[in-house]
Amino acid sequence: MTIGIGGWGPRRKPMALVRELLRSKLKDLTIVAYGGADVGMLCAAGKVKKVVFAFVSLDFIPLEPYFRMARQNGAIEVMEIDEGMFLLGLKAAAMRIPFIPTRIGLGTDVLKYSPQIKVIDSPYDDKAWVAMPALPLDVALLHVDRADARGVCQICGPDHYMDDLFARAAGKVFVSCDELVDSEFFADPGQARQVFWERAQTTGVIHLPGGAHPSSCAPRYGFDVKHFKEYAASAKEAGGWAQYFERYVACGEAEYLNRVGGMAAVGQLPLPVF
Amino acid sequence: MSDYKLVDLIICAAAQAWRDDGEVLATGIGVVPRLAASLCMKTVNTDLMMTDSEAWLVSEPVPVGPRGAYKPRLETWMGFSRIFDNVWGGRRHAMVGPTQIDRFGQANISCIGPDYRRPKAQMLGVRGFPGNSINHANSFFVPSHNSKVFVAGEVDMVASIGYNPARLPKGYTFADIDIRQIITNLCILDFDGPDRQIRIRSLHPGVSVDDVVGNTGFPLCVPNEIPVTPEPSEAQLALLAVLDPHNLRASALGA
Repeated sequence: MTIGIGGWGPRRKPMALVRELLRSKLKDLTIVAYGGADVGMLCAAGKVKKVVFAFVSLDFIPLEPYFRMARQNGAIEVMEIDEGMFLLGLKAAAMRIPFIPTRIGLGTDVLKYSPQIKVIDSPYDDKAWVAMPALPLDVALLHVDRADARGVCQICGPDHYMDDLFARAAGKVFVSCDELVDSEFFADPGQARQVFWERAQTTGVIHLPGGAHPSSCAPRYGFDVKHFKEYAASAKEAGGWAQYFERYVACGEAEYLNRVGGMAAVGQLPLPVF
Repeated sequence: MSDYKLVDLIICAAAQAWRDDGEVLATGIGVVPRLAASLCMKTVNTDLMMTDSEAWLVSEPVPVGPRGAYKPRLETWMGFSRIFDNVWGGRRHAMVGPTQIDRFGQANISCIGPDYRRPKAQMLGVRGFPGNSINHANSFFVPSHNSKVFVAGEVDMVASIGYNPARLPKGYTFADIDIRQIITNLCILDFDGPDRQIRIRSLHPGVSVDDVVGNTGFPLCVPNEIPVTPEPSEAQLALLAVLDPHNLRASALGA
């Protein structure tokens, strides 16, 4: 199964949904993400067959420790592409076309290590063009600020990243939200302006306050530096992942929120300064 | 001339990279490139555009580090999807810090080692390097000039296109690639040697040609006369103090 995960690095990742994946029996997953701890945790748990990525990073911890380990052990397949090619792949899937032509990737080893990405001739000029293939997703997992029960989703942070394209590229889209609101909420045009895809793209919504933690959900909460440091430190110890899993994943979401200090603590996490 | 540190000289020299670019997006990744772009926008090219490193274009450079009461002066939404719109239009000059650079100017931030399937060290991934390198101008910053960065042969994973005739795509010439300068802790390099060979453009005070050549894994073009990189002016240093109020640049060249 191919699962796309929204957000960007340590920012607005649907981490509660990712923890649910970690607790599930699913495996052999192809993960498509602008990656952060979502990718790292799924690698650590042995859920991943292949990662489609441009980077996997926690920003202030530049190298994601468990993704790094999986790569250096040769444990996963990868399709490594440019951040913009990634956008084009999602866009092509969203448009139901097989590829989008681009110059990105020409002259680089992106093409060497992903030979399924073809270089083609153009009907309009004599240059080489990369045919960036569509990246269709079986499922997309996203986290948003607010949603209503019909799947109208609102992102209040300064950047919605490529979440709209993930929603359009996927067969099914499951969205966690910090706040569940009545549809009336979106009657205000200022609120409706922050809705980036139509509710027809949303398969299901689940109300999970703090559902992006330990990643950020600006402007509500920043990413949890202390938690990420503990997570990264666990990768340096034998059995470190098993301990992290036991403490923060196996316990379920209600207890997870308790163990990270409850919404009161999450809501106080300062917004990152870049 | 007041006291200045090497990093100040590097930032002031790097700031000249955007001097003649006109109205483009200047992106400096990391403290030194970002301060260089900021200084450029405050001095020799006030038409530059910069972001707050998150999601907005700002009308003046945002000081690095904790902001206190300072509020960025926003002028345009610039989320990541719009960054790519800008990149693909070509109106950008980025200064980035590769892990490896080879004699063609090909750069790598993806992974290190001979076996891509099982790298010796996984780094960030190619990020935006492939797209940046074929769409707009790029310069590089190297805090520690040595032959592990400036490698013999090709970089382990070619993440950005360079002036390599063997990899030039059909219909392309070197004129379609625009790598400007490499600013290091020893010198400034450019691609103005024969056939775009990397050339020593200036040496920082006290650095010899041998220092540079001995720490570079491939032959460089060494002109007979090589200028010394200019020292920062009082005005530049005063601006740097404002743009970097917490002196984050002090540790930017490594311990």
